[in-house]
Amino acid sequence: MILYILCFTLFLVGVYGLLTKRDLIKLILSLAIMGYAVNLFLVLFGYRSGAAYPIVTEGAAPGPMVDPLPQALVLTSIVIELGTTALLVALAIRLVEKYKTFDIHKIRRLFG
Amino acid sequence: MNDPKHGMTLIVKTVTRITVWLIILYGIYLILHGHLTPGGGFGGGVIIALAFLNVLLAYGRSFTKNWLNLKFMEDIEAASATLFLFMGILGIALGGRFLTNFLGPGKPFTLFSAGHIPILNILIGVKVGMCLFLVVWVLAALRTGEGGEE
Amino acid sequence: MPVETWLYFILGFMIVGSVIALEIRDILSSVVAIGVVGLGVSVAFLFLQAPDLAIVQFLFEIFAMVILIRAFVKKDYHMETPARVHGILVGVSILTLVAVLVASIPVFRLLPAFGEPLMETSRHYVDHGLSDTGAANLVSAVILDYRAYDTLGEVTVLFTAVLGTMTILRIRRAKNGGGKDA
Repeated sequence: MILYILCFTLFLVGVYGLLTKRDLIKLILSLAIMGYAVNLFLVLFGYRSGAAYPIVTEGAAPGPMVDPLPQALVLTSIVIELGTTALLVALAIRLVEKYKTFDIHKIRRLFG
Repeated sequence: MNDPKHGMTLIVKTVTRITVWLIILYGIYLILHGHLTPGGGFGGGVIIALAFLNVLLAYGRSFTKNWLNLKFMEDIEAASATLFLFMGILGIALGGRFLTNFLGPGKPFTLFSAGHIPILNILIGVKVGMCLFLVVWVLAALRTGEGGEE
Repeated sequence: MPVETWLYFILGFMIVGSVIALEIRDILSSVVAIGVVGLGVSVAFLFLQAPDLAIVQFLFEIFAMVILIRAFVKKDYHMETPARVHGILVGVSILTLVAVLVASIPVFRLLPAFGEPLMETSRHYVDHGLSDTGAANLVSAVILDYRAYDTLGEVTVLFTAVLGTMTILRIRRAKNGGGKDA
């Protein structure tokens, strides 16, 4: 249970960055931290103590294995995160080009 | 090719020239053995994208533009997504359900086994690799193209 | 040492690393600290018996760092603008988040304990995966056979994200009249 709480703390560190930081890059990094925490939480949830990785070896008797389902879901989630990070970087580049600043408070002020 | 104006130093270029094929080979290995060992289409695709990225960083933009056919890369990227869908429809035609494994399991622990899983792994690997490289290409083009191209 | 002890170390390391990444003012150091956190995730996946995920997470980290450094730490390299006003706001948000953490502890008690997953659907995958699909790697069997429809959706999302990136970045090109298409 303490592992789950630590993992949730990591998620909350990401939320903290999202709430208090004003730099565009810091916001992207906060989202990345939240992504790590969620992925790790799902995989923690599927761990079975003393079990092997979910790959059958030839000839060996199949022992207990960890849950392959969360691993499969997280595998797709990591790659999607990569795509969305690239999208966020592209958006940030456009914003910086237009407003010449990384500070989101200044960007917001420009709209009045 | 060894134009000192673009890219990094000669040492980096030489090392890149030797290692880039090994990296691509490793990516292909991961993709093809995705159903037997850890790896698969996602990991192998990212490795292939990183190999092209290595060339882009070491040799600069103009060389990479001549070396790779970017239009062709965009085409096969879109084509692999379409082929994935096509495999699903082939599953309806031959197996009754969308994305059925119509080839059957085959003999386990060999390279040509597991039905359509290796085929889909290859499609995903091509898709992910080309997608990510094109993203980096566009981002790099934007930064260097700030004042005058290249 | 049991797996739990290692994971305590790694998770504590990751929390410290991410706090450093958020609080340090130099942007390059911040990006590097995030890279370290990501490698910590990769090691944690290895301890949790997920070699596929460890490989992909490692590559993700390299790729994300290259993108971020290439995009931001080149010409207009900057320090983060120091916060001037919102000291009280920072305090309030930290207090709120700590309250959320404390309030969530009963929820974690309801979850199955670490090391004893439910495995209702997955039991079938583990028992019959090899005979159903013929793939020795069961993660591969799940993503490309049992749940291939999910993967099709994932490919679509990735395609859309990349299309979005290219569209956003090409608007400027068209406006500037730069005839070269990338």
